[in-house]
Amino acid sequence: MAQKKIDIKQVRQVAKLARLDLSEAEISQFTGQLSAILEYVEKLNQLDTANIEPLAHCLPINNCLREDNVKQSLGTEKTLENAPDKDEKFFLVPKILEDSGGF
Amino acid sequence: MTNIDYKIIVGLEIHVQMAAKTKMFCGCELAFAAEPNSKVCPVCLGLPGALPVMNRKAVEFAILTATALNCKVAEFTKWDRKSYYYPDLPKNYQISQYDLPIGSNGFIEIPVPGGATKKIRIRRVHLEEDAGKNIHTAGPFSQVDLNRAGTPLMEIVTEPDLNNAEEVKSLAIELQRIVRFLGVSEADMQKGHMRFEPNVNLHIKKDNNEYKTPITEVKNLNSFKALEKSVAFEARRQLDNFLETGECLQSGNKKTFGWDDIKEVTVLQREKEEAHDYRYFPDPDLVPVVVNEKWLSQINSRICELPLGMQKRFVSDYSLSDYDAGVLTSDKATADFFDSSVKAGGDAKRICNFITQTGLKIANEKGCSVAELGVEPDRLAELAKMADSGQVSATAAVTIFVEMTQSKEQPGRIAEKLNLIQKSDAGELEKIVDEVIAANPQAVEDAKSGDKKSKKAHGFLMGQVMQKTKGTANPQVVAKILASKLKI
Repeated sequence: MAQKKIDIKQVRQVAKLARLDLSEAEISQFTGQLSAILEYVEKLNQLDTANIEPLAHCLPINNCLREDNVKQSLGTEKTLENAPDKDEKFFLVPKILEDSGGF
Repeated sequence: MTNIDYKIIVGLEIHVQMAAKTKMFCGCELAFAAEPNSKVCPVCLGLPGALPVMNRKAVEFAILTATALNCKVAEFTKWDRKSYYYPDLPKNYQISQYDLPIGSNGFIEIPVPGGATKKIRIRRVHLEEDAGKNIHTAGPFSQVDLNRAGTPLMEIVTEPDLNNAEEVKSLAIELQRIVRFLGVSEADMQKGHMRFEPNVNLHIKKDNNEYKTPITEVKNLNSFKALEKSVAFEARRQLDNFLETGECLQSGNKKTFGWDDIKEVTVLQREKEEAHDYRYFPDPDLVPVVVNEKWLSQINSRICELPLGMQKRFVSDYSLSDYDAGVLTSDKATADFFDSSVKAGGDAKRICNFITQTGLKIANEKGCSVAELGVEPDRLAELAKMADSGQVSATAAVTIFVEMTQSKEQPGRIAEKLNLIQKSDAGELEKIVDEVIAANPQAVEDAKSGDKKSKKAHGFLMGQVMQKTKGTANPQVVAKILASKLKI
């Protein structure tokens, strides 16, 4: 078999970025599966795309804009209705120790 | 002895909140200090099936700003997803623009000391959405308010062309003026409409070698003062650190700092290196934006004279000081009001004084601009002419101006009503001067004596004339008559 397209280290990294807590067995299972997927998709590289513009969107349309008009929002009660945890006015989430501090 | 010389290098990222009524991708209202989570819809919540739709106004505002900042406006731009792992954006990504920003390769001119200007290159201007707010209260939870999530933001990124803290502040203030002139943002610092992130490092020359210190980014500054102080602090800290450790710039040693407003120091933020893997990819929910020439020229027809250009014009055409011109052009309404008033025939310096010494104070108290005080520019010009011709005194003119903001009457009518018209008729005033002279022989003698008492006696006689005319005599005319009479 050809060299794996993705190694265990990369899978760990991707899992970490996606905040997924994977077992060792899962990591090795996904390493195999992801490699197989990447190998399959690599077939596309056989196509000559030298003269083809990169595609930003699969629909041949652009400029779907709306006017700056206010629409009714859900309101606090409805907004919070499906929240796993909430108080009167806010969503409650596990304590955030370090904040994003913007983008 | 080592020989050290260094240069501060700063690039600035600025987030500016747009003056739209609704969010970037949905019709939820942008409302400051609204009830938490009241301005939220399925798009803000990232619910399955909810689709974002671009706000035309926000797109046009960004294009307008890009043009005003001398950028090339992209004919084709698209939207990208940037991975984001905090609960204040529930989609788990921020919609932003990665490789095709709306504007690129521009520049901004900023005032520097001595009335000169400096060109700072603008790398890019792009649109994105803001996050909500995480509130860290006591207890095991954080509260999340999504009202702000989805607010349209412009991110403006400069090249590292700024070389000291004052220049950084100057750019921030100039940008505030520009976005306000264009009407694309209220740029209210108190409401967090402008947030700054300077990237700072030093180029150090030591013993004929050049060193670069590691770049640090200071996050999320929301006042001009914090911006200026944090850059100055970082420069000092980096110099000290270099002298102590010799640490230099390498790939991967960029650090992120926060700013402690109370201690006035930068604070290293703990962060995982991998956190910077944003994994951008095109957002399949949003179609691209194509800006054709017709749309672009339609948008750009709304560009007005920009503040720095106007400031320079006030100095060169109206002979104002750079300081006065700067005060007048700090907001567009005031600048336009001044300009119209001068164009209606008012003397520039006098109109400037009316505005800067009286108008701004009243406007501040009322919480509006000078242009909204209810005084028409041509009426103020009339008042300036009355003061210039000696019809009213400078002091009376100020009283009339204040009255004009209340009664909306013509300055001439107000002057009559308040009995502020100066008597300048020499014949009439001469009679009064004669009466005063006849009634005060001692004072006349003292005045003529030329010794110490003379000045005081002069003042006394002058006062008598003013009293007789109830303060309406033109003091210049009276002084002239009195001087000629006392010489004899």
